[in-house]
Amino acid sequence: MKESIQTLAGCMLVLLFTLISCNPATNTSMTGALGGDAASAVYVQPGQHDEFYGFFSGGFSGQLSVYGLPSGRLLKVIPVFSQDPEKGYGYNEETKPLLNTTFGMIPWDDAHHPELSQTNGETDGRWIFINGNNTPRVARIDLSTFETTEIIEIPNSGGNHSSPFTTENTEYVVAGTRFSVPYPQKDVSIASYEENFKGMLSFIKVGEDGHMEIAFQVLLPAFDYDLAHSGKGKSHGWTFFTTYNTEEAHTLKEVTASQNDKDFIAAVNWKKAEEYLAQGKGKDVSAPHYVNRYDEKSHMATSTLVPTVKVLTPEECPGLVYFLPTPKSPHGVDVDPTGEWIIGNGKLSADLTVHSFTNMQKAIADEAFETTIAGVPVLEYDKVVGGVVTKPGLGPLHTEFDANGNAYTTFFISSEVVKWKLGTWEVLDRAPTYYSVGHLMIPGGDSKNPQGKYLVALNKITKDRYLPTGPEMSHSAQLYDISGDKMKLILDFPTIGEPHYAQGISADRIVSNSKKFFPIEENEHPYNALGEKQTKVERSGKTVHVYMTSIRSHFAPDNIEGIKVGDEVYVHLTNLEQDFDVPHGLAIQGARNAELLVMPGQTETMLWKPQKEGVYAFYCTDFCSALHQEMQGYIRVSSANSNTPLKWSVGEDEEL
Amino acid sequence: MQKHTSRILIILAGLALIVLFFQPMWRITLLAPQYPDGVHMYISIDKIGGKTPGTLQNVNILNHYIGMKPIEPDSIKELTYFPYVVAGFILLAFLTGIINWKPLYVIYLGLFSVALMLALYDFYLWEYDYGHNLAENAPMKFEGESFQPPLFGSKTLLNFVAQSYPHIGGYFIVASLLLAFAATYLHTKIIPD
Repeated sequence: MKESIQTLAGCMLVLLFTLISCNPATNTSMTGALGGDAASAVYVQPGQHDEFYGFFSGGFSGQLSVYGLPSGRLLKVIPVFSQDPEKGYGYNEETKPLLNTTFGMIPWDDAHHPELSQTNGETDGRWIFINGNNTPRVARIDLSTFETTEIIEIPNSGGNHSSPFTTENTEYVVAGTRFSVPYPQKDVSIASYEENFKGMLSFIKVGEDGHMEIAFQVLLPAFDYDLAHSGKGKSHGWTFFTTYNTEEAHTLKEVTASQNDKDFIAAVNWKKAEEYLAQGKGKDVSAPHYVNRYDEKSHMATSTLVPTVKVLTPEECPGLVYFLPTPKSPHGVDVDPTGEWIIGNGKLSADLTVHSFTNMQKAIADEAFETTIAGVPVLEYDKVVGGVVTKPGLGPLHTEFDANGNAYTTFFISSEVVKWKLGTWEVLDRAPTYYSVGHLMIPGGDSKNPQGKYLVALNKITKDRYLPTGPEMSHSAQLYDISGDKMKLILDFPTIGEPHYAQGISADRIVSNSKKFFPIEENEHPYNALGEKQTKVERSGKTVHVYMTSIRSHFAPDNIEGIKVGDEVYVHLTNLEQDFDVPHGLAIQGARNAELLVMPGQTETMLWKPQKEGVYAFYCTDFCSALHQEMQGYIRVSSANSNTPLKWSVGEDEEL
Repeated sequence: MQKHTSRILIILAGLALIVLFFQPMWRITLLAPQYPDGVHMYISIDKIGGKTPGTLQNVNILNHYIGMKPIEPDSIKELTYFPYVVAGFILLAFLTGIINWKPLYVIYLGLFSVALMLALYDFYLWEYDYGHNLAENAPMKFEGESFQPPLFGSKTLLNFVAQSYPHIGGYFIVASLLLAFAATYLHTKIIPD
């Protein structure tokens, strides 16, 4: 009986599914876009390289994933804000300081928006930045090594969402707070929101060497600052931030923060800010935050506490900030390649609002102000708006551009990408996404010079696109060919975590700078061993330092005795190899830690606290050669009060 | 003019050898699927190096599987006295050109030819030694096989194709030899006593 009910239920499900899939609209949209040539459009032959790198935020994985486009091949997952046992990132002594904050070491964050460095408004392939949303931070990844080399903490901020969008010569990357918080942070009633809470926009100066420091912060009303993009060309010198919750609500925001017909785009004149700073208008405010930097020569990160930041207040700095009224909780703000059009993607609006930079300049000159909020003039909507795309879809979130004067906007609710013309505001094409697209990415699509050709839709919902993997499944990215008049869906591929934003760049801007290994003669690690003759074991009280080397296919030393229960053993492994793609790993039985994975020429350190007497094996985890399985050793652990002498060797009991 | 041709040619022969102080004379290239860029070893008169600073180490790592002894330039005494030999020939070539005495041309050409043959033979002996005297405790043993790289040309050694050819310096040696030969020939056959 039970069985037949199940069968019946199964049949009904099949029937239901058949009905759904026979729905003509669904049917065409699911398959119609796939022409016979889609496979060849994305096929990259074995041994051939993709044309573009795609950098996808890992969202709540805290990492950054690297894909080849158009193939959709996953090339690497770069650990940024989250510990990664695969690479020992955040577990080894060298990278732990990168995750240090004023709250201590935090092993995770929510990474949202990757942003490539730019020169003259074009992606230059030097670095990629990405924001940590939860405990506000911005990271810089060096694209010669594809490794995280710097993380800066953002004080006076809660939810670093409008970040880390760059200016056109990477003068600054920005960090605007999504959640306004008490300023300064203190123990107050949440109901005192309007009185005590403030919003803060941070401008992080990026040096020629890539080093980041907070140049200044701008104190603003307690709105939610959602996304940002900097001006370019004629609007270079300005950065635009969207706001919502201009109602300044603090509970049930899905209703209370969605009441105003218009919220604002905050336009910040950072060149003006530089003038005010030079005049000494920046107020030094206590705001302890860490700057964590990794040095490629010492192969180590250091964490430095910076005690203060400089804060600029609009009341004291006229002309620093203007508010541009923009309908209904704008999400993304995107500036077209010419720098003239500022697109406010009002996510609850039926229309898409486009402001004109020229109009904005005129409105400022004419002092066409509706009102002033906390020293910030609100420009008259009619005086700044440059055009409206009428009823293009439902729930606009983000816009990117091609090189031919077209814009592409994602619509979350109606689940589609819409192509429209800048200037005429007419809709040219629409393509469904599967399903509910968030960000989109065109290589160079937020720069002065879009590289066009492809568009990637980053979807929030996957449903039936892949084989089911239980209740949780990967988010889906979709690749569209945009070289013709009509967008053509040519590929689906799964992603890591939730890829909010992504960046794309033609491979040739990165490939020639990509390092193959680290020159051993440049290794400045304080505990390195630059040859087997330098290997040793040193004890100082309960602390033991093991200077170890690896080369195909043995460790030196590979027999160690005299370690005791309760010791703190720092195993410093230097990989002596000087060849491309010959990393060595290290794993020790019972170590409550991750492996080490050491690149040629690099030194990494595992902290091991032996707990039990015995003889424990250690081995190389990365298949390195035909004799990889032989790459192993033993460490003898004696009782805490034993007299076992410290000794170490490799080969026939040969002392090193 | 013609009576100076031999002198110019022999001095050019000497000058050509100066290149040996800057450019390797020979190269050995190892090719295998795992090494898409190849492993390029360069032999100069005073050192053995490679395309990258780590090349020699990489070659020695590969060789250790079959028990070949590591190539240690410090232990190859030829690399210490070859520069003096080459310098000697350069001086002798210049001297020949200056003195312009016919028997000296013949002596120079003879000495230089013999030296080249000896150098090639010495190279062969080293290759033979590396290829045949393999460690007893080598991880991988191949009964009756030797791994001597070719003196000149290409040869398959296990998973590698080993190529052995002159490099820039080597071409200048050949050029120097031809110049010396031409100088001597002109002096003995064309220029009357």
